[in-house]
Amino acid sequence: MDGTTDVSRRNFLKASVGSAAGLIIGFYLPGHSTLAVAQESAASKAPKLPPPNAFLRIAPDESITVLLAHSEMGQGIWTTLPILIAEELECDWSKIRVEHAPAAPVYAHTAFGMQMTGGSTTTWSEFDRYRQVGALAREMLIQAAAKQWGVDPSSCRAANGFVTHGSEKLSYGKLAAAAQDLPPPASVKLKTAKEWKRIGKPTKRLDSPEKVAGRAQFGMDVRFPGLMTALVARSPVFGGKVKSFNAEKAKALPGVKAVVQVPSGVAVVAEHFWAAKLGRDALQIDWELGPAAALDTPRMKEEYRALSRSPGAKAAAAGDVEAAMPKASSKLEAEYELPYLAHATMEPLNCTVRLTADQCEIWTGTQFQTPDQAAAAKIAGLDPKQVTIHTTFLGGGFGRRANPADDFVREAVEVAKAAKMPVKVVWTREDDMRGGYYRPMWLHRLSAGLDAKGMPLAWRQTIVGQSIIDGTPFAPMMIKDGVDAASVEGAADSPYVKATPSHRVELHSPKPGIPVLWWRSVGHSHTAFVMESFIDELASASKQDPLEYRRRLLKNHPRHLGVLNLAAQKAGWGNPLPKGHFRGIAVHECFGSFIAQVAEVSVEGSQVRIHRVVCGVDCGVCVNPAAVAAQMEGAVVYGLSAALYGELSFKEGRVQQSNFHDYPLLRLYEMPRVETHIVQSSEKPGGIGEPGVAPIAPAVANAIFAATRKRLRRLPMRLGESA
Amino acid sequence: MKLKVNGEEREVAAPPDMPLLWVLRDLLGLTGTKYGCGMAQCGACTVHLDGQAVRSCVLPVGAVAGKSVTTIEGLSSDGLHPVQRAWIETDVVQCGYCQPGQIMAAAALLKAKKKPSDADIDAALSANLCRCGTYQRIRAAVRRASELAGA
Repeated sequence: MDGTTDVSRRNFLKASVGSAAGLIIGFYLPGHSTLAVAQESAASKAPKLPPPNAFLRIAPDESITVLLAHSEMGQGIWTTLPILIAEELECDWSKIRVEHAPAAPVYAHTAFGMQMTGGSTTTWSEFDRYRQVGALAREMLIQAAAKQWGVDPSSCRAANGFVTHGSEKLSYGKLAAAAQDLPPPASVKLKTAKEWKRIGKPTKRLDSPEKVAGRAQFGMDVRFPGLMTALVARSPVFGGKVKSFNAEKAKALPGVKAVVQVPSGVAVVAEHFWAAKLGRDALQIDWELGPAAALDTPRMKEEYRALSRSPGAKAAAAGDVEAAMPKASSKLEAEYELPYLAHATMEPLNCTVRLTADQCEIWTGTQFQTPDQAAAAKIAGLDPKQVTIHTTFLGGGFGRRANPADDFVREAVEVAKAAKMPVKVVWTREDDMRGGYYRPMWLHRLSAGLDAKGMPLAWRQTIVGQSIIDGTPFAPMMIKDGVDAASVEGAADSPYVKATPSHRVELHSPKPGIPVLWWRSVGHSHTAFVMESFIDELASASKQDPLEYRRRLLKNHPRHLGVLNLAAQKAGWGNPLPKGHFRGIAVHECFGSFIAQVAEVSVEGSQVRIHRVVCGVDCGVCVNPAAVAAQMEGAVVYGLSAALYGELSFKEGRVQQSNFHDYPLLRLYEMPRVETHIVQSSEKPGGIGEPGVAPIAPAVANAIFAATRKRLRRLPMRLGESA
Repeated sequence: MKLKVNGEEREVAAPPDMPLLWVLRDLLGLTGTKYGCGMAQCGACTVHLDGQAVRSCVLPVGAVAGKSVTTIEGLSSDGLHPVQRAWIETDVVQCGYCQPGQIMAAAALLKAKKKPSDADIDAALSANLCRCGTYQRIRAAVRRASELAGA
């Protein structure tokens, strides 16, 4: 490596010389490095077409390498983005290879201006760019062939990795070298939906072979000569600082190379994990704990409850709730509670750093390449261009690896800098679970007044919980008039609220000092539970079928209705069930997609069993239905783990949970049968990694209500209690 | 001390209380076996000890002397053991981090029982967590692997 993140052809050539694949020739724009192109594009702020060399390489061995501007963390973009390129490139699918792109401005998110993966945005945000790359490359290959044959390019055809003209035929691999010297066309015409051959067809994952063989490299698996493993002893309370420490015993242990203080605590650097762990166990540290040592979950809940009874910042309002409420035929009030949650990715956090005088090399599974790069550069005293980020596979992300505070990357750079040797900082499961950046705890207070027909005429809702955006660079964009959009999404903009003539949604954003972050489905992880449960309460209070009640309220929302009706029909809503089985339904819009779920459950004593979940999905144009089904299955499991078990609590400032014995996840024997049915749609693509999480908790709670007449208003669900 | 890993005799300089997991990963470079919890709660570290599925994160390396250890790297020479083929066919993986452990657990089950019942599958694979939630496909893939192994 030469200390830059230039991804120009020169570097491709350099990177590939001596590799087993032989000489690799990439497409590039003559006279420009990719970075230069990116900077020019940014300057003119209207990049017409992406530079194909940054996203695609075609080699003489016919391999087609797709570079991902986003991180593969299970959601399947390792396959989805190549589908978009291949659709236009007309290549041989079996020749596709995939790599994570380096961190560089050219790979910035098309909507957010930084290189990142999150918000269920990859597919829709790359839908045009990756197809354009495929089309550009195809046109350049056709031109190269036409030039060689001396014919008009429009008389040539590209298909299955070859350009043909009459009986003439040349492979993409043979044309690549000539194609790279041609100017890319100024414009390309993308196929119409009717012409698609790959988009919309179920496609199996491309990363399976290496993942099932144990060859896939996660951040945890990075190895090179001289690399040490470090564990950091962090404050037992958020915000605590090291007062003093004694490392004598730790340093005396075999394999321990160094003990260094860093801003987050004390790092033990050793030859391997086990030595680092024993070394850390042997440290004696005196902590200055600070104010967070007083954190106590029951007391926080009381504070939240008191706040919920006072006026908050206005998130949505219409009509006059105070005047309308007394006119109601009946009135309902309810309080809902949801706890702090850990992302608990299967691969605990880790980050490897090799720091030299003029370069910082980082290997990690991150969702936040360019912010992490900038943070690392600052600590290392380098320019971001001197910081190389090698994105490995992520052993799960769910938002935890997209941290505006760049915590795990920052800390690893600090350790490498202090220890003066290459280190892999590994978080144990306990470190990971107690390391913060949680889904916040939430409390909602609601009241609704119903008219004589049982429909809501007044709605008041007060939401209490920490802002995940406050204090981050996103605050100016996302916090308006004291309301963090991510705190109220799914509630303030709910079609139920909007259908209620007089409504008011308010927000309190307390600051207890607990680090919080987006957690798969973000605000919808609490609002969908509250909205879909409370609507069920209103349906029940007005003695209406939960499906019919929703249909009436959503009559002007065709995409909600579409998935609601699809899920209901496929689940056999209204048809008899086995004895002891009951159904619940929920529907929610988020991340540009619409999901309805029907859960079928049985209850025995305090045990609930979820037998079947039927999902109706409208994600607009669906690129890979196989990935959508997988994401629905996974989202149901993720949501059920939270609904049934997930809870972090604080006592004397300490997180009480530490590992999977006291923070349980759903296990295989509890897995319901999940069915996914997708609405055929020509709407803009929506997100799919997160939306499936939102409706599952209320669908199950509503089914439990059908079974027991008990309304569970707290998560995790405890069948012994009802609010 | 001497170890037999994936059919080869290996010499490692490790204290006897060092968990097998870290001997495999950090001393022998066999990183296919994963760390997830360190307390036998998640199964990501599952390997075979004389053909039985064990959690290597809590198994002191001193306890495996004279026994044969198989990791995901040694399950097949080409990554195409019937369980691995079934996993690919069934499109099981998502992030993939837990899958070597899942596959080792499934391979041990199928070795002991060629045609496992649904209850057998639930019992054998419920010690392995998957945060991505691939359980439905794991069940299907174990059944498919049973067919492939029988064919």
